[in-house]
Amino acid sequence: MQVHCRESSVQSSRVSPSPLAHHSLHFGAGAGAGASPICAPAAMISQFFVLSLRGDNIVFRDYRGDVSKSSAEIFFRKVKFWKGEEGEEAPPVFNVDGVNYLHVKHSGLLFVATTRVNPSPALVLELLQRIARVTKDYLGVLNEDSLRKNFVLVYELLDEMIDFGYPQTTSTEGLKSFVFNEPVVVDAARIPSLGPAAMFVQGSKRVPGTAVTKSVVANDPSGKKREEVFVDIIEKISVTFNASGYVLTSEIDGTIQMKSYLTGSPEIKVGLNEDLTVGVRSSAPRDFVPDYSSGNSVGLVVLDDCNFHESVRLDDFETERALTLVPPDGEFPIMNYRMTQEFKPPFKVYPVIEEKGPFKAEVRLKVRADFASNITANMVILRVPMPKTTTRVSFALEEGAVGQTTDFKESTKVVEWCCRKIVGGSDHVLTAKLTLSQERNVNIKKEAGPISMTFTIPMYNASKLQVKYLQIVKKTKSYNPHRWVRYVTQANSYVIRT
Amino acid sequence: MNADSRKGELADLKAQLRQLAGSRQPGVEDIKRELYKKVISYMTIGIDVSSLFSEMVMCSATSDLVLKKMCYLYVGNYARGHPDLALLTINFLQKDCHDDDPMIRGLALRSLCSLRVKNLVEYLIGPLRSGLKDANGYVRTVAAMGVLKLYHIAPSQCTDNEFPAMLRALLLNDPDAQVVANCLCALQEIYTAEVNVSPETAARDREHLLSKPVIYSLLNRIKDFTEWAQCLVLDMVSKYVPSDSDESFDMMNILEDRLQHTNSAVVLAAIKVFLHLTISMADIHQQVYERIKAPLLTLVNSGSAEQTYAVLSHLHLLVLRAPVLFSNDYKHFYCRYSDPTYVKKLKLEMLTAVANETNTYEIVTELSEYAANVDVAIARESIRAVGKIALQQYDVNAIVDRLLQFLEMEKDYVTAETLVLVKDLLRKYPQWSHDCIAVVGSVSSKTVTEPKAKSALVWMLGEYAYDMPDAPYILEGFIENWIEEDSAQVRLELLTAVTKIFFKRPPESIKMLGAALSAGLADAHQDVHDRALLYYRLLQQGVEVAERVVNPAKQAVSVFADTQSSEIKDRIFDEFNSLSVVYQQPSYMFLDKEVRGPIELTEDSGILPLGPTIADDVLPSQLVDATDNDLLLSASDKEESVAAVSNGSHYSGPDLAGFESSSAPPRSTSSPSSTSQVTSTSAAAATSLLDFEDLLGLNTYEVSTPALFSLKLKTKPSLVAQAFQRKWGQLAVALTLDHTLSSPASLPTPQPLIRHMQSNLVEVMASGGKAPTFKFFFYAQAADSPSSSGFFLVELIVNTSTGFSQAKIKADDASLAPAFQELFLAILSSFGSN
Repeated sequence: MQVHCRESSVQSSRVSPSPLAHHSLHFGAGAGAGASPICAPAAMISQFFVLSLRGDNIVFRDYRGDVSKSSAEIFFRKVKFWKGEEGEEAPPVFNVDGVNYLHVKHSGLLFVATTRVNPSPALVLELLQRIARVTKDYLGVLNEDSLRKNFVLVYELLDEMIDFGYPQTTSTEGLKSFVFNEPVVVDAARIPSLGPAAMFVQGSKRVPGTAVTKSVVANDPSGKKREEVFVDIIEKISVTFNASGYVLTSEIDGTIQMKSYLTGSPEIKVGLNEDLTVGVRSSAPRDFVPDYSSGNSVGLVVLDDCNFHESVRLDDFETERALTLVPPDGEFPIMNYRMTQEFKPPFKVYPVIEEKGPFKAEVRLKVRADFASNITANMVILRVPMPKTTTRVSFALEEGAVGQTTDFKESTKVVEWCCRKIVGGSDHVLTAKLTLSQERNVNIKKEAGPISMTFTIPMYNASKLQVKYLQIVKKTKSYNPHRWVRYVTQANSYVIRT
Repeated sequence: MNADSRKGELADLKAQLRQLAGSRQPGVEDIKRELYKKVISYMTIGIDVSSLFSEMVMCSATSDLVLKKMCYLYVGNYARGHPDLALLTINFLQKDCHDDDPMIRGLALRSLCSLRVKNLVEYLIGPLRSGLKDANGYVRTVAAMGVLKLYHIAPSQCTDNEFPAMLRALLLNDPDAQVVANCLCALQEIYTAEVNVSPETAARDREHLLSKPVIYSLLNRIKDFTEWAQCLVLDMVSKYVPSDSDESFDMMNILEDRLQHTNSAVVLAAIKVFLHLTISMADIHQQVYERIKAPLLTLVNSGSAEQTYAVLSHLHLLVLRAPVLFSNDYKHFYCRYSDPTYVKKLKLEMLTAVANETNTYEIVTELSEYAANVDVAIARESIRAVGKIALQQYDVNAIVDRLLQFLEMEKDYVTAETLVLVKDLLRKYPQWSHDCIAVVGSVSSKTVTEPKAKSALVWMLGEYAYDMPDAPYILEGFIENWIEEDSAQVRLELLTAVTKIFFKRPPESIKMLGAALSAGLADAHQDVHDRALLYYRLLQQGVEVAERVVNPAKQAVSVFADTQSSEIKDRIFDEFNSLSVVYQQPSYMFLDKEVRGPIELTEDSGILPLGPTIADDVLPSQLVDATDNDLLLSASDKEESVAAVSNGSHYSGPDLAGFESSSAPPRSTSSPSSTSQVTSTSAAAATSLLDFEDLLGLNTYEVSTPALFSLKLKTKPSLVAQAFQRKWGQLAVALTLDHTLSSPASLPTPQPLIRHMQSNLVEVMASGGKAPTFKFFFYAQAADSPSSSGFFLVELIVNTSTGFSQAKIKADDASLAPAFQELFLAILSSFGSN
């Protein structure tokens, strides 16, 4: 093989298939001259460690030996006692005595990297996130317990994912041949019922709860592997209503996520809405008064923008709106998208705040579930900050209320109303009577609110983006793996101003 | 106790391991595994298990991979601290390096290179050399990184054995992309470090790494690399300077689809390439901004909060650089309920930056909502943001209404922030005093507790004593509580306010003034005492003299001093996609020197002109205004106290004879020397004012040209209009220049730009035009040139709505034109960067 890299003949032959090729290559003074200096490369971490929320070291790996071993302690103290005007949380990136600490929170654990150089923060944070995800792929469940039980396996993974501080391969698939430890599987039943598996549960349409918590390497107790693939459409919605109930801003941030347990790397074709449009919206401010009556919010799905996983081929995207890929093992996002097109908000809230005498006030909240009656929202929680002078709150739930709880947090003066389930089309009302310590201020309305809301709605998606089909190229006639397409909508920032 | 039981446990482990070492009975591997796991878990939590070293090594003669890998991990962790024991491992590691299984070869080689023991280096060379030539890609990947590890232990042995040259060959030819990526990491680090050893060779090598063939070979296979390696490659590519714009376009076409990646690190690395490639093509650069907007916004909202923060920090940088391009996207910067505080803070700054005539109303409305937020930190920041927007805008009408609403909320922190805001607003828009005073008048001074807010209130009372009938009486209340006032800042402000009121409404305030001055003179705080003394002495010289100093006629502040110089901002931009963007600091401010490496050290000369350049950004006259007269005073106070101390032997305390107030402490007796003493101190104060002006760069023309530029300009070039016209007619256009001003909104009239240019030794010949388009003719002269030559003439057309500006440069000496162009661009881009 030719080695002399300064020879142009070698170069042009190597370059030829690319669009760059039509350029005559001339070296010497021109090409590299005046180039800016090379600094330390873009990514290099000194240490990686995982801490529990109590600050215990669960995994600790030193790659370069240029940061003190007590870094985990320094980091934890800094995060725990983060200085700030009023008790803010520590940012994901900070510097203490020349050492940069980068961390992500994941499953109640802190994944941390330290470095003395100036890397790309996005790269290090993405890497930490990826380490967490790959670890989850192997352990099935990621939490402190599973990590402690499997730390040797985690070291095996870390050895291959990072060498001398530089990221190497992080694909769940590619790492398989380097992992020799059998995962000790933690009992999935012990995960709280609102864990990732339960997120999709809708009525009786149950999907096997163990599937999403299955390790990619663990052997099934039954001895044979179940051939299945999951495609999840997860949408996080952000809506802000003004005091008159109009939508001020709204956005959907969606992810199509895949988790494949298919053997033999078959090709999969994921078909989306045929009339899907991407990125034609101008960035000009739009009219924020949606018109639902004419029903034009149904139909055409217009995304502002989207991005795709590396493995996705877009050959059929322009023509058929289909994504083609050979899914790698493990969980990964096929596509992320963002939409600011108007959509129908799943919940409407009608707050009434009134004074009832000099030391009394009343807050009445009505929630309407604006979706079909065969759909049920889970864990609907409303939080309402009350006036600072509130000393006591008494609640009155509607008659026959089931699975509803109320709470008033004295320290923050926040009322919390939790409904375990809300069926589509129903209304619910809460009345809260306040006792105030001072005579009512000028404007009690200004002092209560804004109301914020969190919820999860399985089998519902606000954008109307759909997976129309999921084709798996068949190896044999009898090959018919299980395919699961699941939808879920969650509140990201759902705010009703008062 | 605990330590004892641990010791016992270790001894136990030791014995068990020893027992198992030679055992071949079935199931022994499983027992070993359990023991090893125990050892590793102790290691993880920080217990020193190095005493087990020899037993661990003895047990490692095994074919069980799980055991082998745990042993490698253990050895790698303790070898450095126990070099003698590490020797024990060499044997089996070297043997494993020749194993048939490529994975074992790779693992062993990696462990061998990770020992970090200097006197074992000789055992490393052979396996490393064969590793680089191994038929298996995994082994070569490990070997490439191994070279770098070797370099860190023994640099000369690494280079003497020609390892870097071998990496260079692999870089261009290896079929395995990860091998290429690791070669790239290793070479970059080695060349950077080699600069200390042999600068010339290292410079040549670095240049080679950035040469066209290398860059193209990497770009052509960009998709073969893992996403992390792609980032590495893109980072390299961003440093490459293409020979022409066609090349730039080709590169951008190749990288276009990288902007659609789900990994934010890849997208940001690609964006850096785009930004750097187009930096000198203003219109394309702007198109790049438009192109990257949507992908960035998608990334901001698709990942975890931490990823959001990393991406948003970069978006924040771009927004602050070109707010005009994002003014329609303001709704994307609205805070979400679920955003952590660190994200919200960035968003507030972005909202402030993009506010313009068309969107201010909506932005301020939104910000006002946050002011009522339960999150106090965000509520405060929101009010500050409203204030900053008000200071940028011309129509503050609506904003004054908001202020009223803020004060109505009757929350202490809201009131406090609002008062500070109103004070700043009044300094810029004195014409709004009537409306604002009405607001301030409604505030009960008892609810104001924070020193900053109190100072602001006191300042306004002093400044607008004419418009506020009860100002003296409110102040009186403050002075009565002098002792309880903890903040020296507030007491200083009180002194000034009372003195100012005295000039305006003497009969009502004379008593209060006496009380304040005597309290001030008795104050334990040095600055308060000194200020009281200064005022007292000034008043002795006559009320007019005092008024001239304490309350001179003020110009409205047009631009508040920026906290960051444009040079720093440019450096951060150069370091796009690094921690510098998150910290909003160039790397030299937060990295250790030894880490930065020698190359960046040479750049450190850039720190030197920092002081003057900060002053350069703002017109000197504005700077004086912006720093407020009390800053002026506090600086002169210090001078004065120095003067007083220096001739302390003559010092005999203040002479109160001529002063009406009898409440001042009668500490002195009038002495013959006291008159001359007073004059000498006030003279000292006067000279100190001059010194102070020097400090602010008023007379610092000679330093105002940043030392970075090769071209120096003459301080007072003189060129009459006819000569200018003649030259303009005779000379051909040497160069043209396109540039987009960072904040064109700050240019309602041509004057600020003219003053900015003049402060940078570029004189104006003529200016004209009507908003939004202005035309200027500038001239400047190279230093050290004879009076009639060495001139540079510039015609500059600026569109203030887009910020787009175009310059034609003519020069007596065309060879100097490029240097001047560079300088001119630097001056131009430092304009209005607030």
